[in-house]
Amino acid sequence: MALTLFSSPFVRVWRFYRDGFREMTVGRTLWAIIIIKLIVMFGILKLFFFPDLLSRDFDSDEQRAAHVRSELTRR
Amino acid sequence: MTDLMTTVDWSRWQFALTAIYHWLFVPLTLGLSVMVAVMESVYVRTRSAAWLATTKFWMRLFGINFAIGVATGLILEFEFGTNWSNYSWFVGDIFGAPLAIEGILAFFMESTFIAVMFFGWKRVSPGFHLAATWLTALGASISALWILVANAWMQYPVGMEFDPAQMRNVMTDFWSLFSGVAVNKFFHAVLSGWALAGVFVIGVSAWFLLRGSNREFAFRSIKVGGWMGLAGLLLTMYTGDGSAVEVAKCQPMKLAAMEGLYDGSHGQSLVALAALNPDKRFDNQEDPYLFEMSLPKGLSILANHDASSFVPGINDLVNGISFTPEGDTIRTVAYAERIERGRRAHEALRQYDRAMVARDTAAMEEAETLLRADYPYFGYGYFDSVEEAIPPVPVTFYSFRVMVMLGGYFLLFFFVALVLVYRFPRALDSNKATQWIAMLSVPLMWVCSEAGWMVAEVGRQPWTVQDLLPTRAAVSFLEPGAVMATFWMFAGVFTVLLVAEVSIMMRQISKARTEDLDRGTGVLSSSDTH
Repeated sequence: MALTLFSSPFVRVWRFYRDGFREMTVGRTLWAIIIIKLIVMFGILKLFFFPDLLSRDFDSDEQRAAHVRSELTRR
Repeated sequence: MTDLMTTVDWSRWQFALTAIYHWLFVPLTLGLSVMVAVMESVYVRTRSAAWLATTKFWMRLFGINFAIGVATGLILEFEFGTNWSNYSWFVGDIFGAPLAIEGILAFFMESTFIAVMFFGWKRVSPGFHLAATWLTALGASISALWILVANAWMQYPVGMEFDPAQMRNVMTDFWSLFSGVAVNKFFHAVLSGWALAGVFVIGVSAWFLLRGSNREFAFRSIKVGGWMGLAGLLLTMYTGDGSAVEVAKCQPMKLAAMEGLYDGSHGQSLVALAALNPDKRFDNQEDPYLFEMSLPKGLSILANHDASSFVPGINDLVNGISFTPEGDTIRTVAYAERIERGRRAHEALRQYDRAMVARDTAAMEEAETLLRADYPYFGYGYFDSVEEAIPPVPVTFYSFRVMVMLGGYFLLFFFVALVLVYRFPRALDSNKATQWIAMLSVPLMWVCSEAGWMVAEVGRQPWTVQDLLPTRAAVSFLEPGAVMATFWMFAGVFTVLLVAEVSIMMRQISKARTEDLDRGTGVLSSSDTH
C-alpha cells in the first residue's frame, strides 16, 4: 500500500518539483524576485491602485452597461 | 487642458510605459526559447558535451529573462480594468476570450514544460527533455498568438455585433479574429523575436571573444544565432510586407501617417529618408518635407504590390477616398460626414437609453435601427474636427524609418557575422572593432523592435478600437493625479526589474568558465542550469 502511494504519479511530480527547487542556485534569486514582484503586483498595486472599477462600483451587469452607456454618450 | 484630456494623456503614457517595458522581455523569451531548443536538438543528435554546455548556458539566460519578465504583462490587464474600464466593457466579450485562453495556456504550458527544462536534466530522458524545451518555445509563441490576435482585432474589428442593451460588442464569429491583420501581426512580432535573440546571442558571444575566453563556445553560438537571426529577420521582412498590404487596406490613415503622405497619387513613391516639415498640417499647402529622398513607385508596390496603383494620402482619406479590403480604390464617406454620422449614432444610443428606462420596447427598436445605420462611424462622433482623427504623423513617420533602417542594418549584420564565423574566424577572433560593433548592436535591436510597436500603436491613434472607440472615450474618468502617481510607480518598479535582469545576466555571463563552455566539462553538475 505504502509502495503504491509513494510511487504514484502525484508523489513523483511532487518529488520532481521539490528536488528541483532544492538544487537551484541562481534560481533562488529569480524565485525571490518573482515572489516579491507578485506580492507588489497583487498585494499592493492591484489591491490599492488598480481596482476593477466596474466590478467595484456596480452590482449587476445591467448597472455596468447603463454606466458605460452614460459615459460613452456624454463625452 | 481639461482634466479628462490630462487623464487620457497620462493613461496613455502609463500604458505605453508598461507595454514598452513588457516588450523588452517578451521578444527575447520568444527568440531565445527557440534558439535553445535548436541547440539542444544538436546536443541530442550529437551527444556532444560542448553542445550540452552551450545549451545550458543560453537556457540559463533564457530563465533569467523569463523570470524577470513573467507576469509584467498582467499590469496591462490591471490597467484595462482601472484606466480603461469603458473600453474593457465595450469590447470585453471579444477581447476577453483570447486573453483568457492566453492566461490558461501560458500557465499550464509554461509552468509544466519550463519545470522539466530546468529541473529535468537528470530526471527525464534526453528525448523527453528536448520535447519539453520545444514545447516551452511553442507555448511562448502560442501565448503571443492570443495577445496579438486581440491586438489585431482592435486595429481591424470584425466578427462582432453591437448590442446596445449590453452596451457591448458581442462576438458573432470567433474565427474571424484570425484575420489577415492578425496572422501577419503574429508572425511579424514572433519572428522578430528570433532576430532579436540572434543579435543578443552574437553580441554576448562577441563579449567572450573580446575577453579572449570561451572561443569555441562563442563560435558555436554565433553560428546558431546568425542562422536563426537571419532566418527570423528575412521572415520578419516578408511578414512586414504582408502587414503593409493589410495596413493599406484596413488602416489606410496609418499608412499615410507612416509616410507623411498628405496627397496621394498613382505610382506613389516611398520616402526612404526625409525630415518632416513641422509646419505642415492637413489643411494647409506647406510642403510635407524639408527634404526627402524617395524610391519611385515604392509605396504603391509596398501597399498594393502594383507599381501603378493609387495610394491615398491623409487629405484623400479625409475627403473620402480610400481602399476596399480587396484593394480597390473607392469613394467612401468623408471624415466630416463620419463625424456627423457618429454624432447621430450617439443620439440614437441616448434615445435607446431613454426608451429602455421608460420600458418602451417600440422606441427601443426604433432607436436601435437608427443606431445600426450609423454605428460603423460611432467613434467619429467624439471628434470636434477631422484633424482629431489623424494620427501623430512625426512619431509614426520616424518610428517606421528607425525600424526599417535598423532592420536593413541587421540584415547586413547577420550576413557579415555568418561570413566571418565560417570564412574568416581568425579575423572575428582578433578584430576588436568587430566585436565591439556586435556588442553595441544588442541595444539597437531592442530600439528596432520597440520602434515597430510604436508604428503599430501610435499609427492607429486616435483609436483604441478602429472607427468605434477613440482613446478619449475608452478611458475611465480618474483623477489625473492618481494616474500620474501610478505612472511614476510603474516607472520605478520596471526600472528596478530591468536593472535586476541586466545585473543578474551580466553576473552569469561573466561567471562562465572556458573549460565548461568550450569543452563541456562540468556541465553535468546538478545545479548549473537553474
